[in-house]
Amino acid sequence: MSKYKAVIGLEMHCELKSNSKVFSSGENSYNETPNSNVSPVDMGFPGILPVVNKKCVHDALMMSMILNCTQPEYMYFDRKNYYYPDLPKGYQISQNTEPVGINGCIQIEVNDKRIPVKIHDIHLEEDAASLDHYYATSCIDYNRAGVPLLELVTEPCLHSADEAVAFLEHMRSVYKYCGISEADTKKGQIRCDVNVSIMDEEATELGTKVEVKNINSFGNVYDAINYEIERQSKLKDAGRYNEVEQETRRFDEESGTTIHMRSKVDALDYKYFVDPNLPKYKITKEWLAEIRKEIPLLALERKDKYISELGLSNYDASVIVKEKEYAEYFEEMVNIGIDAKTASNWLTTQILGEINRENISLKEFYLTPTLIKQITDAQIKGTISSKQAKEIFLKALEEKKEPKTYISSDNAQISDKAELEKIIDEILKNSPSQIEQYKNGKTNLFDYFVGQVMKNTRGKANPVLTKELLNIKLK
Amino acid sequence: MNNMHKTIVELHEMLKNKETTSAELIKESLQKSHEVQEKCNAFVSILDDAEAKEITDNYLSGIPFGIKDNYSTKDILSTGSSNTLKNYVPFFNATAVENLLKAGAIPVNKTVLDEFGMGGTGTTGHTGPVHNPWDLTRSCAGSSSGSACAVASGVYPYALGSDTGDSIRKPAAYCGIVGYKPTYGMISRYGLFPFASSLDHCGVLTRSVMDAALVVDCMKGQDEKDMTSWDSSNIHLAASLDGKVQGKKLCYIKEICDLNNYPEANEELKKHLENFHKVIENFKSQGVEIDEVSVDKNLLDAEPSVYVILSCAEATSNMSNLTGIIFGPRGNGKNVMEMMMDHRTHGFSPLIKRRFVIGSYILQKENQERYFKNAGRVRRLLVDTWKNLFKEYDAVILPVGSGPAKHLDGDKDVLTKDTAILEEHLQIGNFGGFPSITIPDGFINGLPVGINITGNVYDDANVLNIAYALENTMNYKNQIAKEVNHE
Repeated sequence: MSKYKAVIGLEMHCELKSNSKVFSSGENSYNETPNSNVSPVDMGFPGILPVVNKKCVHDALMMSMILNCTQPEYMYFDRKNYYYPDLPKGYQISQNTEPVGINGCIQIEVNDKRIPVKIHDIHLEEDAASLDHYYATSCIDYNRAGVPLLELVTEPCLHSADEAVAFLEHMRSVYKYCGISEADTKKGQIRCDVNVSIMDEEATELGTKVEVKNINSFGNVYDAINYEIERQSKLKDAGRYNEVEQETRRFDEESGTTIHMRSKVDALDYKYFVDPNLPKYKITKEWLAEIRKEIPLLALERKDKYISELGLSNYDASVIVKEKEYAEYFEEMVNIGIDAKTASNWLTTQILGEINRENISLKEFYLTPTLIKQITDAQIKGTISSKQAKEIFLKALEEKKEPKTYISSDNAQISDKAELEKIIDEILKNSPSQIEQYKNGKTNLFDYFVGQVMKNTRGKANPVLTKELLNIKLK
Repeated sequence: MNNMHKTIVELHEMLKNKETTSAELIKESLQKSHEVQEKCNAFVSILDDAEAKEITDNYLSGIPFGIKDNYSTKDILSTGSSNTLKNYVPFFNATAVENLLKAGAIPVNKTVLDEFGMGGTGTTGHTGPVHNPWDLTRSCAGSSSGSACAVASGVYPYALGSDTGDSIRKPAAYCGIVGYKPTYGMISRYGLFPFASSLDHCGVLTRSVMDAALVVDCMKGQDEKDMTSWDSSNIHLAASLDGKVQGKKLCYIKEICDLNNYPEANEELKKHLENFHKVIENFKSQGVEIDEVSVDKNLLDAEPSVYVILSCAEATSNMSNLTGIIFGPRGNGKNVMEMMMDHRTHGFSPLIKRRFVIGSYILQKENQERYFKNAGRVRRLLVDTWKNLFKEYDAVILPVGSGPAKHLDGDKDVLTKDTAILEEHLQIGNFGGFPSITIPDGFINGLPVGINITGNVYDDANVLNIAYALENTMNYKNQIAKEVNHE
């Protein structure tokens, strides 16, 4: 551990879900085939013009509100001008003058503690094309050119890799809960830049900021931050802090280190100016109010509710709110009358275990809350044992049949008194020596008789009734 | 076979009455194109394979026209008169072109412009200078040089132009024809190669106000591909031309029109302004009130620099897509950055490279406030000044330029700084997106000069109607260029 205080700021780029791209009619969907989702606008052919996608502005405003940012009165877009082979127009349409959100703050949870994270701004922009580099050549794929992107910039207010990753996880959850983004790092939908500096614990002035750009997974964010803290601390320890340069570095996954890309002095002047092709338009209070109403209950809010109102443990609540579909499934179970604790147990153990094993989503899972209720109801009535419940669960899943099929048929628990008595009488008739030993004080043989009944019924005998009957008959 | 000097309405009647055919008109137009090309170098491409179309009730059906080469035309070479696009064949039509094709109009050539519209002389296109059909030693002005030249030469009744500063309205004056740019956004810019997006307008060059109205009626319309376009379906330009101007109020600006502002004025300028005042006096007799108004001279003096700043800044960014990577000839180089640099270094003419340098400088972080932002503020002041005039007046009426067309070699024209505002004031029409039309208003030494009428945004019908009435007080409607003989 470094003895210095680390100061970390994050830039999180997240691709948005939408039918078409943010400024063109090109399709916005992940596609393995290069250059299959491209319109003339995305390739910057002479004479093309951008047309803003209203849904993207809507989603950007929603995120701005969730982050408790201030929204601008008018929507503007700016051009960020620079030359690069992945940038067909020679400029990226972004927001600089009036981002969709500024000066926000959001609570996140780090190791069960809540901390506020200050948001500098969030802005809507278009993604660039992607470049695939080979030995002697590079290929350009314009599928990504024009894909809507939200860039979120925090203040330098985080102090560890844990906090940074917790923030990113939190934001990923928010994006997914709102249905604004799939937020899938595997598809390159989230990319991060981190700024790291260190300072003495009691110092008031920030240290030299080093930027690590274009990190594509949270694990790499974690490693990059820790590497930078260590690298800078070592230099400081050695009295060589002046060697820490304000620069841009990249993270090298193989070596787990960061590598110099360019110095501050080489920083580009992006020559921002308002794009005249996108006339400014007023964001009405009515529209904002409408969007606010559409914000769903988010993970942390649900977690609090589950703990305080439904009596779940912190752990279980955390597991359930991890994905919106878990939470929704859970809430449906509770809504149709399954006891919250029971619902939570079923979800966190059996159900999640099953979908993880099968690698499917909860939406594809055959047993809906209503079907699960057939099992839990039978359990409450005592019709089936918990062991049977699990068996029925698996059997219903395997054969894709409603659980009640197995509860009412021969697979169900034997709770018929006369039938059980017949079985017990038969067993007792065949166990005279055991009965004698039992009557002579070897009372632990009681379990032997229960076991025999279970063996005979292949576990289907109602255990409560069995014990009751045995007690009477062995007196 | 000699019909292409006629008006659109005349041609339409002939086609309807089967006195001629679309094929005959095309043949004549192509033949004239080749003649004009020989003499004036007005075209980048002549479309010899142009095919006749069915004659419908649309006035434009079956009639040939020309397209400035900065409009994207599907399957037809579109160069912007630049080496950077010398082999570029687009796969989509500009919306304005598409609208005309739907009307049944027939493109027969693509006309030369100053490279990407960035010039006012008609000399910077990659195919060489365009000559004025009235006097081959003179320029057509620019940037819609080829379009103005061809319409004045009687190749067809109209050609498309684009106007960022005065690129339709000045060539029109120098060629003795009509040039009209409607309110910003009335015609979609989709497919027009951009120069300065906030100033770029599509428009048309014709030989009469009626023809201009008929063409723009077909070109205009809200376009889902251009967010700055607006719904003008309730505006019918040609139908609203009734020539009734009794009680209309116009004004001209003393600081621009008074000869006393130009102590070093040459003969041409004197005659030009004299003629202007004569035309004004004459128009008053139609019951039009025309007042002289005064505008802050400092504001007017700042205008040309404001235009340079704003247009160069936007142009630098707009033309950053010209890298030779996706389209245009590939540059040479060891890496992609070198290839882009090579493409741009060899592709652009020195004039426009100079403008890029200016534009880049202006947009630099440390210069933005001083140049770009301040220019934006002065633009607003000028627009507000004009809008204030429009509260009281239907339109502002002003002379175009400081006389007739300039000499191509340039040496014979001594440009003085004090005529700058006279040369550049049409740019205010672009600052405000105002509808603005130039019509011919006389001759100086056998060469045509023009007069301009500019009104408030969305007031196109009114502006055109005033021009229509003024046109009727003079004898320059539908004139075809006649080469003048010189000493």
